[in-house]
Amino acid sequence: MAGLTRSDVAHVAFLARLRLTDEELDRLEGQLNHILDQYAKLLELDTSAIPPTAQTIELENILRDDVAAPSLAVEDVLRNARVIEGDFIVVPPILGGDAS
Amino acid sequence: MTTDVTRLLGHELSGRLRTGDVSSRELTLAHLEVAERQNHALNAWLVIERDGALAQADAADTRLAAARAEGPRAVEELHPLLGLPIALKDLVSVKGGQCTAGSRILAGYVAPYDAHVTERLRDAGAVILGKTNMDEFAMGSSNEYSAFGPVSNPWDLDSVPGGSSGGSAAAVAAYHAPFGIGTDTGGSIRQPAALSGIVGLKPTYGRVSRYGIVAFASSLDQIGPLARDARDAAVLLHAVAGRDDRDSTSAPVPVPDDLLRLPDSDDEAASWLRGKRLGLPREYFVKGMEPGVEARIREAVTALEAAGAKIEEVSLPHTDYGLAAYYIVVPAEASANLARYDGVRYGHSVRLPGADFIADYLATRGEGFGPEVKRRIMLGTYALSAGYYDSFYLKAQKVRTLIKRDFDEVFESGIDALVAPTSPSVAFKFGARTADPVAMYLSDACTLPANMAGIAGVSLPCGLSDDLPVGLQFLGPPWSELELLRFGRAYEAITASAEWRALEPSQLALADDPAGPTPTERAAALAAA
Repeated sequence: MAGLTRSDVAHVAFLARLRLTDEELDRLEGQLNHILDQYAKLLELDTSAIPPTAQTIELENILRDDVAAPSLAVEDVLRNARVIEGDFIVVPPILGGDAS
Repeated sequence: MTTDVTRLLGHELSGRLRTGDVSSRELTLAHLEVAERQNHALNAWLVIERDGALAQADAADTRLAAARAEGPRAVEELHPLLGLPIALKDLVSVKGGQCTAGSRILAGYVAPYDAHVTERLRDAGAVILGKTNMDEFAMGSSNEYSAFGPVSNPWDLDSVPGGSSGGSAAAVAAYHAPFGIGTDTGGSIRQPAALSGIVGLKPTYGRVSRYGIVAFASSLDQIGPLARDARDAAVLLHAVAGRDDRDSTSAPVPVPDDLLRLPDSDDEAASWLRGKRLGLPREYFVKGMEPGVEARIREAVTALEAAGAKIEEVSLPHTDYGLAAYYIVVPAEASANLARYDGVRYGHSVRLPGADFIADYLATRGEGFGPEVKRRIMLGTYALSAGYYDSFYLKAQKVRTLIKRDFDEVFESGIDALVAPTSPSVAFKFGARTADPVAMYLSDACTLPANMAGIAGVSLPCGLSDDLPVGLQFLGPPWSELELLRFGRAYEAITASAEWRALEPSQLALADDPAGPTPTERAAALAAA
């Protein structure tokens, strides 16, 4: 399987929203390629006719009755947020404009 | 009272509570005292909730007194966990308490609700002593990836207790509690149980609701019991198992009440083995297994055969592909699950002045996650990225089908259970496997196929090698927990007089020294040597 270059590693880190130090990038380049080498073993198997398994217990279409029930208490939920205003969690702006 | 109550099993303690021989407050205090004294040396607990535990113990004593006043029938109907101490892995939500999952990114987080498991334990009247250490987000096989320091193995303080449920395993092995809750995604209950010399059961996927548990790899995670014998493990499983509407993958399959009635009589327990067919999967007895581990497993198999079980060699031909497939499926699911940690609604948060939200996410996650979690998020993100999905994730899911079929075919042929080692090695020294991720991953080679197939497995102690515990694993078809625990109870019965059964973890006395090194200091000393 194709090896990962250091810039591939940096790109994946960005996609995963992980800020990594140069040292972490160096170490991960070696480690990830070593792990990817292990995946090559799977190429030995012809799986063209094998269906995938996403879950093992074959429960399907589990629905619940549409009845109202109490939610978590607002104060219990808000106590973990970094910035709140009233009953709201203040999130960073994602559509441009002024940074708060 | 001359007996040290911490040495008693849960079912023995329950008997004494009912007769009024001892109170829940007394035995809770006894366990708290050992846990608090030894945590310096073991680091098994991330938090010990003395006040909360004593309040629960007092409530249990009130219920016990009321039942005794009402008569023998009311006492009989009390829950078998009432008043008994339990250790919860720190990824189980307990309302108002911490739930770090061993990660800096959840430091300071306060759980807004109880997990399903917590509710069940509260209903039963169990006494929650605190929350135990673990590998960060349950990713690891040694507990060395905890953000809050490693855990020492009570059998050798320079060695790991296994992982990821290493804190719960060490706490139960060191008599801090008769019961522990762990989670098992690739062996995280069974492997630490094996390395710490106790019993650990991974239920069938869907057996126990995951509501309120910090998610790791959602198609494999299961919650299960740790204890010091099969009967206690069965009672704890019974208490937490069953359908819960808040986890749509929890299955509407009846939980057998016979879990509460595993035989006390050794003769009765052993006689159950007669005529049972046990499969010995040849792929589990190959490269990399320590000779001492193989010797103990072979001896156990010989003992089971002598007691009347039929032993047949079987093959699970795709076993060798399990590791690679697992390390695609699991990082992929983990990278998706852990995307929620963005530092906005809860958890560690970095907001850089003037920076955009992407920079805040990058900084929050870069600071909050440790090395193994980052590795797995990277692997998963890569495996799921455009152009690689078919060759990695889809391929791994197809291999998963082959692994599941291997088990299906063996069980359909009439094999009642498989018997195998739990771990190819005994407990290893701090630092022995942290330099090479693949070496750490191989620790779970004998446990992770069961997670891939969704089946049940249990590990029980079966003697020592190099003075460290060896784990014997029974694997069974879906929903076979009762049968697996009957095998386990039978194995305990036929080895009841074995010399090793009388041994306590050999370095417990050292763990009592308040001036001795912490596990972090021991790991640093080994790294420097």
